[in-house]
Amino acid sequence: MPLNKIITITGKAVPVPGADMDTDRIIPARFLKCLTFDELAGTMFYDERFDAEGRSKGHPVDDPAHAGACIIFGGENFGCGSSREHAPQAIKRSGIRAIVAVSFAEIFIGNCSGIGLPCLSTSAENLEAAAELTRRKPETVWTVDLAELRLSCGEASYPLSMAPGFRDALMNGRWDAVVELMNAPEAVERLAAQLPAPSCH
Amino acid sequence: MGKTLYRKVWDAHTVGILPDGRTQLFIATMFLHEVTSPQAFAMLRDLKLPVLHPERIFATPDHIIPTDDQTEPYADPLAASMLEALRNNCAQNGIRLFDLPTGQQGIVHMVGPELGISQPGMTIVCGDSHTATHGAMGSIAIGIGTTQVRDVLATQTLAMAPLKVRQVRVEGKLRPGVTPKDVALHIINRLGADGGIGYAYEFAGSTIEAMEMDGRMTLCNLAIEGAARCGYVNPDEKTFAYLKGRPYAPKGAAWDAAVERWRSFASDPDAVYDDVVVMQAEDIEPTVTWGISPDMSIGINDCVPAPDDAADDETRQARETALAYMKLKPGQPIKGLPVDVVFIGSCTNGRISDFRAVAPLLKGRKVAPGIKALAVPGSQMTARQCEQEGLADIFREAGFEWRLAGCSMCLAMNPDKLVGDQICASTSNRNFKGRQGSPTGRTLLMSPVMAAAAAVTGCVSDAREVFGIND
Repeated sequence: MPLNKIITITGKAVPVPGADMDTDRIIPARFLKCLTFDELAGTMFYDERFDAEGRSKGHPVDDPAHAGACIIFGGENFGCGSSREHAPQAIKRSGIRAIVAVSFAEIFIGNCSGIGLPCLSTSAENLEAAAELTRRKPETVWTVDLAELRLSCGEASYPLSMAPGFRDALMNGRWDAVVELMNAPEAVERLAAQLPAPSCH
Repeated sequence: MGKTLYRKVWDAHTVGILPDGRTQLFIATMFLHEVTSPQAFAMLRDLKLPVLHPERIFATPDHIIPTDDQTEPYADPLAASMLEALRNNCAQNGIRLFDLPTGQQGIVHMVGPELGISQPGMTIVCGDSHTATHGAMGSIAIGIGTTQVRDVLATQTLAMAPLKVRQVRVEGKLRPGVTPKDVALHIINRLGADGGIGYAYEFAGSTIEAMEMDGRMTLCNLAIEGAARCGYVNPDEKTFAYLKGRPYAPKGAAWDAAVERWRSFASDPDAVYDDVVVMQAEDIEPTVTWGISPDMSIGINDCVPAPDDAADDETRQARETALAYMKLKPGQPIKGLPVDVVFIGSCTNGRISDFRAVAPLLKGRKVAPGIKALAVPGSQMTARQCEQEGLADIFREAGFEWRLAGCSMCLAMNPDKLVGDQICASTSNRNFKGRQGSPTGRTLLMSPVMAAAAAVTGCVSDAREVFGIND
């Protein structure tokens, strides 16, 4: 099962500002009732984007100027809260290919990495500057470069950071960990025999 | 140099190092529920892989379960299909399911400890962020996503990088009317909703040592609200006493050996931490959230903070957003704010000790007119205990709706939802926008005794005044 190597992502960006963007806001719980993730594309940020009658609230994602954006610029603690993988699945299925934020919640970043959606960090100042530039010139084409750890466009460039394990996994097409995890069955069974399993006597 | 519990459990479960540098970590036990597992089984079927160690996996339905009428088929066909998928997936793969008729169903984070499945020194995972709860037993317990659930189904292992460990020490005696929920909200407030990124929290100190297991579970449950992927308490005599005699706890000679083994996982006295913070129990007030993030909280006698007083621009903006959503004014006292709904339940505060704490206070009192008050035991075992001890009747007598076990209005995936911009005094764990089922609903997080005080007065109140809880 060869996976694509994720090294650079190039395209327009959309700012989704604010700290603590929780996964309930990324995808409200009522959309979690599904047996597969296939139908989640339209649900990203749903209640942030639409009112009770389904009218647009003018969220940046729905701004025609940001149409086709494949990079999200977020704030601190992006993806906090629930472990629902529905959140990164909804984001990825909405056409997003990378998220750059000040910081990420641990579970969220693991979920994203596992489905080949890189999450990278830079300072709040850099992100504000990048978001401002993209608000002013929405057509700006950004490149997120995992190899160089840089976010850049024609007129600006910012350093990025990323946990080395996730970075290596994405860059080498090993982001779906199950392949690697099946490589050491004997070692797994040795531990299974050694570590007690709970049982009802 | 001594080791932390985190490091000891991590080392004991390490299979090896993966090519990307992450650790392949053996998972002692995984729990499943109906919302985050069906997609994982679908992925597994796509890969044509079997479940490797079904005897280490336990399931129960909780999120979508109606708490009033559980007659099947459910009115919500999607909910019914998820329950059906859980049943089929467990049956086809030989996984133990604590289904509704077993009398052992409930919120997954209550069922694991109550049955004695969650034990010290284990790595425990579940497709649910509040898996942190099980850390109260002295384990590494982490919430994972669905693709990772698939990884564990297929290999009983996960690819992970170790967290740093921060010891959060709380010292001294809690004042009357101050509960583990208040301790947790206080810690989150002090360290921030993002303060725990990259860390596991070890909760320690005399306050935690004195805390009963249910309280420790409340505390560890909320570690994730402070961004710590897991929180734990070192196993001690209280831990062992809690586990003894539970259905899945070791018995006889195996018990003594288990206790000895469990004890060895506790952090060494000279363990080295990446960070240590110390707080004083006497500084902790009955705490209420006023905003849309769990760190936006104040003591019951404090006023809602003003954006203009914020130390930085980001905080100012966050406060403005929160105040607008909550329809509150800067400087407004939180005490006296009218509420519409009271919810006592969830994996945070739906345990037997929560109902035992509240019932005597409710005796002879009534829920204020116009207030919808829900009491939802977290598990069928707890519900039975509440009936046997007469607690359920006290709640009913006071005017609470006494419901069946489930997650209920914590995240409102079942029919229990706020309507419009109702305000809910809630013992649950998240005050996020729309969390309780209405996109404009408002949540005030607080302890069970504080929620009970709100129920009888109809507004946010100091439980110590309402119920005469004195020093």
